[in-house]
Formats: sequence, structure tokens, C-alpha cells
Amino acid sequence: MMLALSVGALVAGAAYLMLDRTFLRVVIGFVLLGHAVNLLLFSSGGILRRTEPLGSEPDPAVTADALPQAFVLTAIVIAFAITVYMLVLAVTGRADEEAQAEGDGEAAAPDAAETDAPNTDGRTGAAPRSTDEESRA
Amino acid sequence: MSPTLLPLLVGLPLAAAGLTALARQGARWPSVVLIAALSLNLSGALWLVVTTRSGGVLAHGVGGWPGGISIPFVGDTLSALMLVVTGLLTLVCSAFALNTGLGAVRLFAPLVLTLTAGVNGALLTADIFNMFVFIEVMLLPSYGLLILARRGRGTLGSVVGSRLYVTFNLFVSTVFLAGVAFVYGTAGTVNLAELAGAARSSPLVAAATAVCLFALGMKAAVVPTHGWLARAYPSTSPAVTALFSGLHTKVAIYAIYRVYAVVFEGDQRYLWIGVVVFSATMAVGVLGAVGEDTMRSILAFHMVSQIGYILLGVALFTPAGLAAGIFYLLHHMVVKASLFLSTGAIEVRAGEGRLDRLRGFARREPLLAAAFLMAALSLAGLPPFSGFVAKLTLILAALDAGQVAAAVVAIVVSLVTLLSMLKIWNAVFVSREDTGEDTGGAGGGAGVSVRERTEIPRVGILGSLPALALAGVTLFLGLGAELLLSLASTAAAGLIDTAPYVQAVLG
Repeated sequence: MMLALSVGALVAGAAYLMLDRTFLRVVIGFVLLGHAVNLLLFSSGGILRRTEPLGSEPDPAVTADALPQAFVLTAIVIAFAITVYMLVLAVTGRADEEAQAEGDGEAAAPDAAETDAPNTDGRTGAAPRSTDEESRA
Repeated sequence: MSPTLLPLLVGLPLAAAGLTALARQGARWPSVVLIAALSLNLSGALWLVVTTRSGGVLAHGVGGWPGGISIPFVGDTLSALMLVVTGLLTLVCSAFALNTGLGAVRLFAPLVLTLTAGVNGALLTADIFNMFVFIEVMLLPSYGLLILARRGRGTLGSVVGSRLYVTFNLFVSTVFLAGVAFVYGTAGTVNLAELAGAARSSPLVAAATAVCLFALGMKAAVVPTHGWLARAYPSTSPAVTALFSGLHTKVAIYAIYRVYAVVFEGDQRYLWIGVVVFSATMAVGVLGAVGEDTMRSILAFHMVSQIGYILLGVALFTPAGLAAGIFYLLHHMVVKASLFLSTGAIEVRAGEGRLDRLRGFARREPLLAAAFLMAALSLAGLPPFSGFVAKLTLILAALDAGQVAAAVVAIVVSLVTLLSMLKIWNAVFVSREDTGEDTGGAGGGAGVSVRERTEIPRVGILGSLPALALAGVTLFLGLGAELLLSLASTAAAGLIDTAPYVQAVLG
């Protein structure tokens, strides 16, 4: 029960932070969400069996399941790597946060009706590209 | 092919990636290693197709551990076909990237090789947790490629697409991981062979696996979660867009086919959900493209629409429907990459992807125009290209399964697709190069000024070759459709009767 409540609280916190416009808060929201899923993964192995799965004759009824723990370890490593990458993205685009405020709202809405909206992000990046590409080619 | 060689399809690209990561800036040998490793990867995949062409399944547990404990690698007809097409696309897109200058970026070769390893692993694994890991191995270099392609060119455009792409994919992966946790909690295993039919007998496992399928559907850009694709794909360089279009969403589609076939055993009870959602995907995708005015955003929306077609095959779950869906999947990967490469070649040279700014490319680039026209007609589903065979078999299968509404949607959507392709063709290729009075209905813009237009360098034969080669493949698949259709039917048979697959994995 305690575990389920913690997962719920973490997911609620993550959802709250992810709805914020500041990218840094979104990143922190993802950290919380990652923790929530790790706890969930951890509990999928059964939370009452806690003895170490080592020794000559481990009793399967009480030893902890090692597999979900290995899963969690893998997931932590992956989530950590992506979090660092997202922090870099948060720093790189920081100065543009205010200018992009409107565009962000639209990009987040997965709705076909918004296809007429000005696709500023794609275009501002595309314009200065020609000279670079030519000099390289 | 011996089953023990299967892990090499992941191991060799990874080793090559490690090797090329040591190169200095400006060194040329990483490109050679890249092309050599990708050719080797393609020939290995072809060998696997030859071995499994009659429906055989190769399975190998890494380290010789017994089935159920080991990390399983499985190659059957479906995964072998997918390996061939993804291998071909990676090779062609890398050649294009080397030609357009993106390949000169120092970390390009290691990132593409790691991406290949991830894709191969995701296609070969028979364990949903390993599938999660390999999808992450595939995504991490993609994040790098997405931003490398735009390095040093302004701050805004380069990070917005990446931010959207990374946050969305991380979210989806987290949901998928939660699904894996539920599956392990309810079924006690994550091995696909041990899960065979589990969702059919237990509603709990069905709900848990549905979380995984839900996440995979988001990754495949199924409506209503398609917004990210149409936003993120046009924001990077054309070569990277072409590469991603053939790999990322398609791996998710493959996973949906595999998981639904094995874990649900094609349970008829839930198929109506697929028919409804995938028909909506077809329609919404193509309507979204109408409002776009750059080449790549139009193509990205069409991709959403085509994903609906491909997944309709699994929603029918009849032998004909699955075979048509698999054929469609392979055809679509080739055609879409060809379109992205031919429009990308223009975009790289002109520095511009807007329809109203590009004029008269048919006369300047006849080869490129031919490649675009072939691929566009194939996408719309006209004979003699592979798109015709794909659409015909899929619509016949839908009628056969009694899904008349879905078949009607498919026919109407392909007409709109044709209109949309003609829009690009008219604006970019056939409209006169001189602006003003005689441009007729081809979009009202004033065109590029004379000075700019004369400065656009020619794409040339080398730049057109990748798109042309893939367009040639679609023509070949259209004329010689029996070959691939019979292979697709074998692959579909492997999804309907999963006993050989399960047998091979568990040993």
C-alpha cells in the first residue's frame, strides 16, 4: 500500500512539473516519473520476499527476485544518461524561452487542427542553412 | 546462417562504432569503415532472409544458456525482411549524408553504427525488456544525430525539435517500461515465447501488455499522438529525417505486429479498436498534410497517414491482411526514404524547403525529378509501382475481412495522397523557372529572386543517386511483386502460427 501511494505521489508530482513551461522543470518532472516507474518495476518482483538470493540453498519462497532489480539498474542508467542530455538542451536554448512561448504551446498540442499554425521553429532554423551546406559540399 | 551468428548483427556494428569513435576530426577512414560495416550488415541480413525464406526460425540464447533464462536472439522471416530493408536504408542514407557534407561531422559514423546496432537488436530480440533496452540504444544516438545535424546554426531551430523529440520519446519509453513492469508482475516473465497466448487467457496480462502496445503505438505516431512526428522530423537535416523515417516508427510497428501476434495470439476481441484508430490515423494524417507548405512537413504528415495503412494489416489479423501489412511496411520504408532524399537533395542545395520559393527543378534536375515522380506515384498507389500492389492487397484483405468502412477510407485517402504529391510536383518541379505571370495555379508566391536562383548549385548525379536507387527498388518491387509477396505471406504465416517461434526460443 505504501509503495502504491509513493508511486502515485511521484507520478502526480511528475505530471504537475511536466505541464510547466520552463524546460528545467520538465526535466525534473521526468526524473520523478523515472523514479515512479523504477519503484513500480521493483515492486513487480513481489515486495514481501526480501532475503538475499545467495548461498548454497536459497529458499525460493523468501528470497528476493533478482530480475526486477537488474531491470531497475538498467533503467536507472538509461534515464540518467537522457536526463543529462536534456539538461544540456535546457541550457542551450535558454535565451529563446520567452520568444518561443507561443510556439511551445502549439507544439505541445497533438491536434491536426493546428497544422495551419506558423511553423516558426522549423523555418528559422532552415533559413541560414544554405551557405553552410554549400561551403561544406 | 548459423543461429550463433545472430548476436553478431548487433555486435559488429557496435564494435565498428567503438572503433570509429576514436577517429580525429577530418579523418576519412571512419566513412570507409561505416560503409563497409553497413554493407556487411546488409549482406548478413540478406543471408538471414535466404535461410528463413521457407518459414524457418533461427534462435540463439547468448552464452549458451538454456531457453527461458538466456538472452534470446531470434530471426524469422519477418525480422529478416525488416533487417534487410533497414540495412538498405541506413546504407543509402549514409551515402547521401556523406555526399551532402553531414558525414564529415566527426561523430556521424559512430552514431549511425550504434543506431544500426539498436535497430538490429530490437528486431531480433524475443524479450520485451531487451526490446526496451535496444529501443533506447536506438534512440540515444538518434538524439545525438538530431542535434549534430544542426550544429552551429542558430540556437532556436536546432533545439526546439530536439526538445520535443527527446521529451516525447523519454515519456513513451517510461510508459513502455511501466508496461514491462506490469507484464512481469502479472505473468512472471518477460520472455515473448513464455508469454505466448498469455494475454488471451488472462485479462490481467492483456491489460498489462496493452500498456506496452499503447506506448509502442505512441512511438509509431498513431493518431491522436502523431503531433510529435510532424513537428520533430522536419526540424533536422534531410539525411537524418530520411534515416529516422525508415527506422524509428517502423521498429515500433514491427514490435506491435510481433507482440500482438505472440502475446495476444491475434485475439479477435480487441481488433475493432485497431480498425477504428488506424482508419482515423489514415484520414487525419493526410488531412494534416493539406495545410503544410514545406516539402518535408507534407511528407511527415503523409508518413502518419501511411502508418495507419500499415497497422490496418495487424488490425485485420487474417493471413491476407498480415501479408498485405508486411508488404506495405517494407514498401513504405523504401518509398518514404526515397521521397525524403529527393526533396532533401533540393533542400540542401537551395537551403529552403518552402513550396512557394522553389521553382522549375524538373529541367535542372531530371534524374531527381524522375526519382521523386516514381516514389510519389508509388506512395499514392499507382501501377506499376509497389504502392499499387501494397494498397490493392490491403484493400482486398480488408473487404475480405468485412471491414468495408476501413477499405473505403483507404481508397479515399490514397486519392488525397495523390493530390498532395501533385502539389509538391507542380510547385517544385514543373512550374516555370521564370516567376510571375505564367506560373498559373502552382502556389501564389513570388519565387526566389533571379540572383538567388542562379546561385543554387546543381545536385548532380551523385546527389540524385540515393533517391533514384530507392525509387528503382519500388519499381522492381512493383513489377516483381510475387517475390516479396510470397516472402510476406511466409512472414504472416509465422505470425498466425507462433508455435515454431516459441519452440525455437525455448529450445
